[in-house]
Amino acid sequence: MKSHVWRPLYVVLLVIAAVLVARKIMVPADFGVGSRGYMYGWHRPSNEEQWKQVSVKYRTAEYCKNCHRDKYDEIKKSPHAAINCENCHGPALGHPDDPKSLTIDRNRELCARCHFRLEYRTSGRGKIRGIDPKTHHPELECVTCHWPHDPRKEGRT
Amino acid sequence: MISRRNFCKKSLLMAGGLAIPLAALELFDPKRLLAEKADGKKTRWVFLVDTNKCVGCGFCVKACKIENEVPYDANVTRTWVERYIVTRDGKTHIDSPKGARDGFETTKIDIGEGKFEEIKNDDIDKAFFVPKLCNQCDNPPCVQVCPVGATYQTADGVVLVDRSWCIGCGYCIMGCPYGVRFFHPVYHVAEKCNFCYHRISKGMQTACVDACAFGARRVGNIRDPNDPVTKVIMTERVNVLKEEYGTTPQVFYLGLTKEVK
Repeated sequence: MKSHVWRPLYVVLLVIAAVLVARKIMVPADFGVGSRGYMYGWHRPSNEEQWKQVSVKYRTAEYCKNCHRDKYDEIKKSPHAAINCENCHGPALGHPDDPKSLTIDRNRELCARCHFRLEYRTSGRGKIRGIDPKTHHPELECVTCHWPHDPRKEGRT
Repeated sequence: MISRRNFCKKSLLMAGGLAIPLAALELFDPKRLLAEKADGKKTRWVFLVDTNKCVGCGFCVKACKIENEVPYDANVTRTWVERYIVTRDGKTHIDSPKGARDGFETTKIDIGEGKFEEIKNDDIDKAFFVPKLCNQCDNPPCVQVCPVGATYQTADGVVLVDRSWCIGCGYCIMGCPYGVRFFHPVYHVAEKCNFCYHRISKGMQTACVDACAFGARRVGNIRDPNDPVTKVIMTERVNVLKEEYGTTPQVFYLGLTKEVK
C-alpha cells in the first residue's frame, strides 16, 4: 500500500532512531542509577576516581620535617606550635624541586589574621595577644622585631 | 517406667530448649549493633566545627582555595568564615569580607558596596566567628534537583560534581539552602566543597583542618565509634544549621546560637 500518510511516520521513526543512537554514543557506559536510587543516585561512578586524583598541594608539617628538622623542632616548642609551616610558607607541592614555588608571606597582614586586636571576649580571638595596627609601628613588618618560629625570640632580618 | 506426669514435664522442657535460638546465647556487642543499625557501610564522613575556638584568621579559606584550585582573587570560595556581632540594641551584624580569605583585620563591619560600619567595643554584647562549608547532607536537595545526574553522593557521604557532565543550569546553586555552591570561574560548572575528597580518601585531613591552628575544624568518620570526632558528636551538645529544611546536614557545630543563620 502506497500512501502519503506513511511518510511522516518514517520521519518520526528516523528521528527516534537518531536520538537513540546519539544517546548510546554520548552517554558514558557506566552512567546509571547508583545505590541511592532515582532521587539521588544518577551519576557516572568513574568520576569518583577523577576527584581522588586531584593533586595534594598542602603536604603538612610532617613532610617539611623530613628535611627541616631543626625548624620543625623550634616551632613545635614555641607558642606557635599549632601553626603549620605551609600557612605562611605556602603549599609544599613542587618543593624542593622548584624552590621558587614556595611563596613565603612576610606581610604584616599575615600576622594580622590573629594579632590585630579585636575585643571579642566571647570568642577565642579576644584571648589572643594583639596590637593596634595604627599605633604599633605601622611602617614595619612584624618579622623585623619578632621571630615567627618562636615569638619569644627577637627577629632576624 | 516413665510416668505420665514425668513424660509431660520432660517433653515440655525439650520443646522449650529447642525453641531457644542460637542467637539468644550470643553476647550483646554494641559495636556490631552500631554497624548494623545503618546500612553496613564502614565510612560516613562528617565535620565538626567548634565556634568557641575559631578566631577568624581565615587560614582555612586560604588553604582551601589553593588546595582546590579555586581562583584566588575571584570572590567565590568553597568554605568561608562569618563574623557575628550582636550589639546592645539587639541588632546582629554579619560580614565575611572575601569569605575571610585574609581574616578579619579591622573592627569595621563590611556592609557591602564598599561601605563599612564602625562598631564600638562597648556596644558589643557578643562577637564570634562561624566557619561554613558544605554540609554533605543525607538528603541533599542539590542532588535531587540536578536534571542530568552530574551531581551525586558517594557511598561515604560526600556530594561531588561531575565536571564533564554538568551543563551549568544552576538549579543546584539555587537549591542549596546553605549557599555553598557557586559557578567555577574557570570551568563554568557548579563547584562546591567536597571535604577535600582527594585528601580524606588517602587518610589525610582536609586542607582547612590542617590549616586550622586552633582545632576549630575537625573531620571524622561517624561510623567509627572510636573516632574522636564521633565521640564528641555522640556525647556533647552539638547542633546543625537549618534543620527545619529536612536536609539532615552532617556538619555539626559546637557553640551555635540563634543568631547564626
